[in-house]
Amino acid sequence: MADPEIKSYEPHHESQSAAVTESRPARVALMTVAFTFLGIFLLLPLIIVFNEALAKGVGAYTQSLSDPDARSAIRLTLLVAAISVPLNIVFGISAAWAIAKFEFKGKAFLTTLIDLPFSVSPVISGLVYVLLFGAQGLLGGWLKAHGIVILFAVPGIVLATVFVTFPFVARELIPLMQEQGNGDEEAALSLGANGWQTFWYVTLPNVKWGLLYGVLLCNARAMGEFGAVSVVSGHIRGLTNTMPLHVEILYNEYNAVGAFAVASLLAGLALVTLVLKTLLEMRYGAEIAATRGH
Amino acid sequence: MEVRVANVRKEFDRFPALHDVSLDIKSGELIALLGPSGSGKTTLLRLIAGLERPTRGKIFFGDEDASQRSIQERNVGFVFQHYALFRHMTVADNIGFGLKVRHGPSRPPAQEIRRRASELLDLVQLSGLEKRYPAQLSGGQRQRVALARAMAIEPKVLLLDEPFGALDAQVRRELRRWLREIHDATGHTTVFVTHDQEEALELADRVVVMSQGRIEQVGTADDIYDTPNSPFVYGFIGESSSLPVKVENGEIWLADRPIGLAAPHEPSGDATLFFRPHDVELLDGCSGCIAGTVAASRRVAGTRRVELEIGGERQRVEIELPVDHPAAQKSRVAFRPGRWKLFPTA
Repeated sequence: MADPEIKSYEPHHESQSAAVTESRPARVALMTVAFTFLGIFLLLPLIIVFNEALAKGVGAYTQSLSDPDARSAIRLTLLVAAISVPLNIVFGISAAWAIAKFEFKGKAFLTTLIDLPFSVSPVISGLVYVLLFGAQGLLGGWLKAHGIVILFAVPGIVLATVFVTFPFVARELIPLMQEQGNGDEEAALSLGANGWQTFWYVTLPNVKWGLLYGVLLCNARAMGEFGAVSVVSGHIRGLTNTMPLHVEILYNEYNAVGAFAVASLLAGLALVTLVLKTLLEMRYGAEIAATRGH
Repeated sequence: MEVRVANVRKEFDRFPALHDVSLDIKSGELIALLGPSGSGKTTLLRLIAGLERPTRGKIFFGDEDASQRSIQERNVGFVFQHYALFRHMTVADNIGFGLKVRHGPSRPPAQEIRRRASELLDLVQLSGLEKRYPAQLSGGQRQRVALARAMAIEPKVLLLDEPFGALDAQVRRELRRWLREIHDATGHTTVFVTHDQEEALELADRVVVMSQGRIEQVGTADDIYDTPNSPFVYGFIGESSSLPVKVENGEIWLADRPIGLAAPHEPSGDATLFFRPHDVELLDGCSGCIAGTVAASRRVAGTRRVELEIGGERQRVEIELPVDHPAAQKSRVAFRPGRWKLFPTA
């Protein structure tokens, strides 16, 4: 078992030998390529989003955001994230615990299954739900008979979002928990702690940074998901439109300011996520590096 | 607390790690489980702790059958090789953990837990480090904290899994002496696992030598070293040399010559002769001795170790000579083992 405590928490100060240090022109060239690329493909679009959103002034911008349909889209997006992120935290911790802490049949299968949402197009994930819950779908008749509406309603959107985002927390925790092994849990049990106390006082603190990281990414994806949600939502304005869907509708109606105003919120969310992630890494970088598996 | 292991068998995926092991541990005893890796010593320790359940057999704490009790109910102090300290808790919180997770009236107030923690830190000679985190301690200090944490719950039995395995030689020796002192002061029944025979022989009241999932021998350091009861124990404990010999009419023969050792009670037939390299008598002439050609000679600390080729079968044995002994310069050396033991060849 690798002992994480022996591992140095110091950041690595790599002393480069003269042999592998590039010449000055080479370094300048590499950095120029990297920054130019990022500038054109990431920074420029971001600036354009905010630029377009504010093209007709702050008044038009705030008006677009206070439009009832826009507000309903924002509310729905927050609601979907508020449901699917906690669900995926529970699922992610359970799956990671099962895979990392004990042996069972079908473990390799479960591990592969967790990656499925990453390997399948989100549109397909959406279609699966249509086939399953749609009027002509497998469970459609039964659902209709019992008056349960899933498709083209909030439950369908939540399901699609949960499906698309469920790898984030689990993928973050599995390597972490595998690396940490069972030693700390055994110690806690031998000291008389019950399962819940062991989880709460020992396991959770050991994985908290990885968990936070996973939750952050999961949340960003949950709010930004387009493909799967688009298939199951039905695009009912003011009812089943999330922010990404609302952006598309406005854009297709040539309402650039409205589309970009809502888009700027999503871009803002991305920026906040990045800043939080960077802050986490700055504040707890060494700890995260030491406890993260990759 | 007396601990009795009764006919315990343990299988992992149908692969037996322990075969029918029985062991009586007296109250207040310091006992070592010694063996090479894969001998089952750690499995036995984990079975006593309740970290594993036996496939067959029972484990008694006193008169009470503990086999079906969970690790929480057994109230054992377990010290892990890699300490397993909770890295996000201070030293004081680590030590107090076992008391903090108790329920109801058996849980002491926070102030009392803090007091117990500093008391135990005094005992393990780390006073003043309450607020440190495990990452800020040296390996030896971490292991002391781990021991203090295990003792905080006033365990019936203290179990240590290779407690000094991850430490360097100097710290190991220091902690060994210190563990003995703590044991003598507190009187806990203590079982520790080690693959280091020096550690086992020096520290333990009794040593349990294990091999391939079985107990080979249980005894004091003197018993184990002076009267090993199997070829494995003879070979595993201390230095040993062995030669294939034959017993005939109560005499030991090497190839076609008697070597001057009488074995009146041994049955005739093939056997293996074991002796200690340092326990030999050098002889000048050779009528009834083991004689060999010097194949190699090495200086090892205070002695000289000489490798001898014996007879035509290319058998090699090692003996130890005083550094300035003239025999080391010769090309041929004759000797007779002082203390020795025969095991019939199976």
